[in-house]
Amino acid sequence: MITIENLSKTYNGNTVLSIDELQIPSGQIFGLVGNNGAGKTTLFSLLLDLIQPTTGFVLNNEIKVNESEDWKPLTSAFIDETFLIGYLTPEEYFYFIGELRGQNKEDIDKFLVDFEDFFHGEILGGKKYLRDLSKGNQKKAGIVAAFIGSPKVIILDEPFANLDPTTQIRLKKLITKFKDDADVTVLVSSHDLLHVTEVCERIVVLDKGKTVKDIQKSEATLKELESFFAEEILNESTSVEIN
Amino acid sequence: MIKHFFALQWKAFFRSASFSSNLVMKIFMGFMALYMIATFSIMGGASYYFIEEEFNLNAFEVINRLFIYYLVMDLLFRYMLQKMPVVNIKPLLYLPFKKGKIVQFSLWKTVFSFFNLIHAFFFIPFSVVLIIKGYPPLQVLAWLMGIYALLYCNNFINIFLNGVNTFLFVVFGAIIILGGLQYYGIFDITLYTGPIFELMYGIPYVAFIPVLLLVGLYYIAFNYFKKNLYLDAGLASKHQEAKEENLDWLNRFGSISVFLKNDIKLIKRNKRSKTAVFMSFLFVFYGLLFFTNAIEAYQGAPWRIFASIFVTGGFLFSFGQFVPSWDSSYYPLMMSQNIRYRDYLDSKWWLMVMATILTTIVASFYLYFGWEIYLAIITGAIYNIGVNAHMVLWGGAYVKTPIDLTSNKKAFGDSQAFNAKTLLLTIPKMILPVLLYALGHYTVGPFLGYLLVVLAGILGFAFKEKVFNKIEKVYKTEKYKTLVAYKQKN
Repeated sequence: MITIENLSKTYNGNTVLSIDELQIPSGQIFGLVGNNGAGKTTLFSLLLDLIQPTTGFVLNNEIKVNESEDWKPLTSAFIDETFLIGYLTPEEYFYFIGELRGQNKEDIDKFLVDFEDFFHGEILGGKKYLRDLSKGNQKKAGIVAAFIGSPKVIILDEPFANLDPTTQIRLKKLITKFKDDADVTVLVSSHDLLHVTEVCERIVVLDKGKTVKDIQKSEATLKELESFFAEEILNESTSVEIN
Repeated sequence: MIKHFFALQWKAFFRSASFSSNLVMKIFMGFMALYMIATFSIMGGASYYFIEEEFNLNAFEVINRLFIYYLVMDLLFRYMLQKMPVVNIKPLLYLPFKKGKIVQFSLWKTVFSFFNLIHAFFFIPFSVVLIIKGYPPLQVLAWLMGIYALLYCNNFINIFLNGVNTFLFVVFGAIIILGGLQYYGIFDITLYTGPIFELMYGIPYVAFIPVLLLVGLYYIAFNYFKKNLYLDAGLASKHQEAKEENLDWLNRFGSISVFLKNDIKLIKRNKRSKTAVFMSFLFVFYGLLFFTNAIEAYQGAPWRIFASIFVTGGFLFSFGQFVPSWDSSYYPLMMSQNIRYRDYLDSKWWLMVMATILTTIVASFYLYFGWEIYLAIITGAIYNIGVNAHMVLWGGAYVKTPIDLTSNKKAFGDSQAFNAKTLLLTIPKMILPVLLYALGHYTVGPFLGYLLVVLAGILGFAFKEKVFNKIEKVYKTEKYKTLVAYKQKN
């Protein structure tokens, strides 16, 4: 369960995120969509206490993230390549994360068996360090690492970007697996409306730092989202004409 | 077209993160540059008089003989520090520039590099003095031209050497062997090379040989780059083959072993950290300056402690003071993972303790100079472990410059070493033990001096936890600032 209360972030008088209230119950698969600069990564960074809120706070399982660090064992994330340790091989990286989360080598080896399809034979056993992998393969390694150690909250920023179509489908399967798990909350952001509507149970649209839509997924969701973003284009062209 | 290149270069320089950092830094950098220039100029001007009057030798001859070492050292420094021009040209490839022009520009850019210009400040004053002293100007100028052409040859040779790892060891080994042979009077290579360089003075036309060599090297470099100006050829970054390592024997260190294993991989697999280790290895020999009585000013007894702090503390200073910047490229991971700061710090501390013990063992060759000297070194090691190991970590906690692990460019004289708080912390690191020793040495004798330093080391150990608490607090209060700072790439 994640509770966001009166949360805002301002840089030099420029408010990039401002959310009055948002609750994400345990077990939900939560999607975040919005254009560039809408505040998606800012929100995720605030959830992970990587940036300081200007006002308000985030509660992760009743723990205030900017005051205590007890949320860390419950939470895992993959935001970007700064979550990868470039000079390790993928296996070593998984073992490292595993050790931080109380898993030994055997646990991780067992854990990785389930991801063999996902890796498509390109990650494990190769003679490459993470820094030398392609962007897509780096992403695969980072996403899988976020699943290590049965975290209660999994945060993935743009997990579908840079992935090949087959892997996108596999990733969707992986995420939907958590649908039946009432303990695990998954937060996913994306630019791809189709992907989010497919995997998420609830979708929130951010625009200029504000939540403008909060939809429980239904048949009509994709249409609704598409028309929302198309409307923006219409608005823009009319406002240009007025100007 | 050239105009565009220059505009790009201009912006690259003035907008680089390190340049726009802060005013103090800029002044400091300017000051350092002036200092280097002044030192080289004074050396260039004064070395003639110094060699002639102090040693009663022919200065011109001596410089020519030493020039072979100068040339090799220059190549070594270039290899370690000079950055290759190829990195910035990727975005230019698909723009309407002729390939030849791009290559030409990249190569000419290196011509104006600091590594080439700095020599002028030595050799031009030296040549001026030669002319004043009655050497025929034309011949001196020919010599100067030849010498400079050879230094520029190094510039282009270095371009080819980029990434050839064995080079470093071959050259370094050669210097040690030749230097050793010369020191013990077995074989003196300078006897043979000196006259060759002198020939450029004796027969000025000879000076055109290095110039021709330079032109040749330029064309080889030009063609080589033009041919390899593809993303998968010359512009591809070299990949090391990854080797998995099993460091499970470190598991005996308990909860900190996770980080310890990682740190050892960090050191072994990254260029920048390897250089730090290499530097700390050089520090082991720093004591030779003091204990061989080679330099008069260093003969005072308190210098012994100063030297022994450095001999065993090389790793401490080259690695420890940049914690946590070594982990800067994945700091967000470290900050959101399930990590206890204390374990993280402890692991770095153990690493430094192990390195200090190791260097103390390596430094046992100082026994050759007498057991008292080695006693001083052991005293220094105890002080390093007891006090300096956590003092450098404390200093490092205030440092917020990201480290690019894969590049050596800023391995020396990094801006981050300059920081008021870090400077303040050097007092207990260096000055205190020297003062303590002097206190004991001049009242009772050297042994009281050693005893005082050792006691300070043991006492400092008692404060380790306190200092660690303090560092942890710094880490926590500076967390967000550090995260932002590490995002800045150069």
